[in-house]
Amino acid sequence: MPKVKVPRKSTAIDMTAMCDVAFLLLTFFILTATARQPEPLPVDTPASTVKIKLPETDIATLTVGQGKIFFGVKGQQIRINMLNRIAEKYSLQFTEEEKLRFSVIESFGVPVGNLKQLIALSGDERNQPGLQTGIPADSTDNQLNEWILAARYATKELNNTDLRFSIKGDSKEEYPEIKKVVDILQKQNINKFSLITSLRQAEN
Amino acid sequence: MAELDTSSGGGKKGGGKVRSKKQSTRVDLTAMVDLAFLLITFFMLTTTLAKPQAMDLAMPDKDKDKPESKLEIADNRTMTILLGQNNRLEWYMGLVDNPKTPTVDNYGRNGIRKAILEKIKEVRGITGDPKKGLIVLIKPSDKSNYRNLVDILDEMKITGVQTYAIVDITSPEIGLMKRDGIYK
Repeated sequence: MPKVKVPRKSTAIDMTAMCDVAFLLLTFFILTATARQPEPLPVDTPASTVKIKLPETDIATLTVGQGKIFFGVKGQQIRINMLNRIAEKYSLQFTEEEKLRFSVIESFGVPVGNLKQLIALSGDERNQPGLQTGIPADSTDNQLNEWILAARYATKELNNTDLRFSIKGDSKEEYPEIKKVVDILQKQNINKFSLITSLRQAEN
Repeated sequence: MAELDTSSGGGKKGGGKVRSKKQSTRVDLTAMVDLAFLLITFFMLTTTLAKPQAMDLAMPDKDKDKPESKLEIADNRTMTILLGQNNRLEWYMGLVDNPKTPTVDNYGRNGIRKAILEKIKEVRGITGDPKKGLIVLIKPSDKSNYRNLVDILDEMKITGVQTYAIVDITSPEIGLMKRDGIYK
């Protein structure tokens, strides 16, 4: 009886499929990592050692830098609801399309009067430095106060939760500017909020 | 694992014509896959790490109608930190009319943190009650910037001071800072 010879198989594996999968995943991660919206007001956040992450939902961000205040809230439905309230308050009219376009704006900083023009711009034009002048927050024309109030009502109505606030300040921003924002929040009895910081390197 | 198929090349040698070897079209992909996975790991980690950190801050209630919310605190337990210009600060113990050991200091490990840790021990020795620890009042002046505020709040977290508050600065304190040259 002849011996049955077991053929020797090569140890080399076909890597093509694995390579395909790896690059597919790589493409996915690269795209999701860079898809973050560019911010209209770039700020350099100070570093701290805290490691608590910012929540993803029901949070409003007040960006303070270069003497300007920008406002943004998470969630498209909340944004639309907020815009409706502001439109009512300042007796403005927004079309459905404008509302939809507004709902994708991550953060903005224009007086209410210029809101229509801002909505009409494209995403790139909106983020040009110096285009948006910040939300007025003086005692005579405190629009920021109205935005905060509208956002709180909108969150309560849609999600039945309290809106949380976070302040994202530039490291070099002078304290009085920050204090102005804090005072507006405190006037509405919001005594608890978060300061957004970046992670400190382990030097001290 | 390199795979180089040379079986089809070669063959006759003597013909005089030098025939170039036919190379296999197969490429070793191992290194490429390694690199791809390395990059995947990198992007996965950076996307989760890029999320901003949030420092929770509770401000004291501003309700002026409720006098009972005002707390009398012993002045030997209070440390006041005044934030001045050029990333300098000044701290003192007790009341501003009679400040004990007003010191101009820097931020960071060798500056204010040493003082805070020292005072925590000292106050614990005075009161003898671990619940009655040091109370820190942070008073940022108009000349300080936001980074100073975050830095000092961070120090509170690091040193574990339980009771601290951000309070408005008063004019005698500005006077004190002017005297020591950190407020112009």
